[in-house]
Amino acid sequence: MSKELVNLMVDLKEQEALDLTTKSLEQGVDPVDILAYARKGVGLVGEKFANGVYFIPDLVFAGEILKGINKLVEPYLGSGKEDDRKRLGKVIIGTVDGDIHDIGKDMVVFTLDMNGYEVFDLGINVPKEKFVEAIKETGSKVVGLSGFLTLAFDAMKETIGAIQEAELRDSVKIMIGGGQIDEQIMTYTGADAYGLDAMEAVQLTKGWIGG
Amino acid sequence: MEQKWEEMSREERQEARFNTWLSPEGIEFVSPEAEASYKARVTRCKDAVQLKKTPDRVPVFPFFTFMPADLYGVSPGEVMYDAEKLVSVWNKYLDDYRPDYYVSPGLVGTGKCFEVLDFRQYNWPGHGVSDSSGYQCIEDEYMLADEYQALIDDPSDFWFRTYLPRIFGALEPLRAVPPFTDIWEMPLICGHMIGFGTPEVQGALKALQEAGRVAFEWGGHIGKFEMEAQAKGFVSGAGGISKAPYDILADTLRGTRNMMSDMYRRPDMILKAIERITPLAIKQGLAGVNFSGNPIAFMPLHKGADGFMSDEQFKTFYWPGLKSVILGLIKEGCVPLLFAEGGYDSRLEYLKELPKGHCIWLFDRTDMAKAKELLGDTTCIAGNAPASLLMTGTPDQVKDYCKNLIDVAGKNGGYIMSCGTAMDQGKPDTLHAMIDFTKEYGVYR
Repeated sequence: MSKELVNLMVDLKEQEALDLTTKSLEQGVDPVDILAYARKGVGLVGEKFANGVYFIPDLVFAGEILKGINKLVEPYLGSGKEDDRKRLGKVIIGTVDGDIHDIGKDMVVFTLDMNGYEVFDLGINVPKEKFVEAIKETGSKVVGLSGFLTLAFDAMKETIGAIQEAELRDSVKIMIGGGQIDEQIMTYTGADAYGLDAMEAVQLTKGWIGG
Repeated sequence: MEQKWEEMSREERQEARFNTWLSPEGIEFVSPEAEASYKARVTRCKDAVQLKKTPDRVPVFPFFTFMPADLYGVSPGEVMYDAEKLVSVWNKYLDDYRPDYYVSPGLVGTGKCFEVLDFRQYNWPGHGVSDSSGYQCIEDEYMLADEYQALIDDPSDFWFRTYLPRIFGALEPLRAVPPFTDIWEMPLICGHMIGFGTPEVQGALKALQEAGRVAFEWGGHIGKFEMEAQAKGFVSGAGGISKAPYDILADTLRGTRNMMSDMYRRPDMILKAIERITPLAIKQGLAGVNFSGNPIAFMPLHKGADGFMSDEQFKTFYWPGLKSVILGLIKEGCVPLLFAEGGYDSRLEYLKELPKGHCIWLFDRTDMAKAKELLGDTTCIAGNAPASLLMTGTPDQVKDYCKNLIDVAGKNGGYIMSCGTAMDQGKPDTLHAMIDFTKEYGVYR
């Protein structure tokens, strides 16, 4: 079943993947294994995305299929069992203060999660203090700031300033992303890097904390 | 003898619309200089668009939403709730910066109207976002997956009885009224009208009436501004507005994520819906152009950008509908101004299918050298001055960037200097650099 489910995920065959999941569960296949295969499939979709074979809708739809599989598998899982994946490291992500755009941010969260990172998603319109608190609470070594509007330039700069003021700047790597984010804004905000898409966020994170 | 519209070619119709634009009805110019400036600006745009004659210089069109307010320290919240302040900062902006074309303050809207309607699809200052932020769309499913057929059967009915009640809390009761197409014989009329008599629907109609009153009053300020701006010699950057049919569905009906999944789950429904709304999108663009006397039909493009779909998906779902709307508008002599937000590098080849000299393509992050090379003989291009540089760079950096744009994209005409995105904010020194440098260096000799 393993290879078949992975392939169905990679080919984005939703109905077939859901049918196979139902059949496998009925046959007594370990639900944890099913989820692992499904995630592996999504990981390969991510690779195809990074290689320019797949595009944003493919990545989004792979997430939708996974959601459907999760729903089917859930009743078969014991409590807490679904979260026993070994994580590669912690990452904090949020859309900065004043900006409520979430599509790009959600894709980064999803892709990092699929690639084995524990992601703390602070949501949208996140005040700078919340990022500081989250770094203290989670001990994350990577922070991702998202923003689509031009006002995000200053919100990002101020967030990074607050992290600096809290004397946490040296303990984290900061990446930024969003429609108008480029090298100019990376320099302006004092971020360590910027990325153009979700897979670049994964590559940056890998480079910083391994995995 | 005046030629009949029906017998005119699209080129003749475009020429006729440019002529109407050149001599605007009801405008009394404040001075001969203002009139000369106005005519030079329209002619500059016409020459850039038609690709027949090199314009006198590169036209300059800073492209924005709330930028004029921000330049004078006025918040989006203030201009959305004070129409006098709105037009006063727009006027100040025109007087101080003297751009060739402006974005109408009409696009800012009035917060009061949204309040009366209990608008639920966007956040705006004081309603979900702070006073200093512009409006932002709330991504959601405003048309459900099983409602495609209702939209296809009767778009207007779907809008009136399903979509509007969903996005406007105050119009929620309109769900209960029967469709207007049920009215076809006298004995049916009174029965039909009962639906409009319930206290809930009467309340919704009152809200609609109040929204109309508020908007009408606000519209008076906008109309006055438009007349005065033109009388001073400035030119509005657009007369009508439309969108790609795919974006109409994806942006504010199905939502970005749902629409992406729909391409796999219900591709036939998307194609049928696009076919159904394409003529409506053409009519919408045309109506604005006819009303304003300005041939430019602004079309913001979103979900067909690089990365947002594969080439196959673009070819199947996005381009045919968009192309039909563009050609429909061109046929009527309009000039579609397509704002391709994000990157459009992988789509440029498709643009070559359009007839020469009828459009403006305003690019954001697209490779302008490649665009000029591929499209220089087909369409006027515009834009690409980055928001990042304009907001955080120095005037010299901006001049350098603009110099390169003028040298490369502006070679032999066919280019309009503009920002790559609609600016919510602005920085006086870099904006002056962009406008003044273009006026000086962008002269064709």
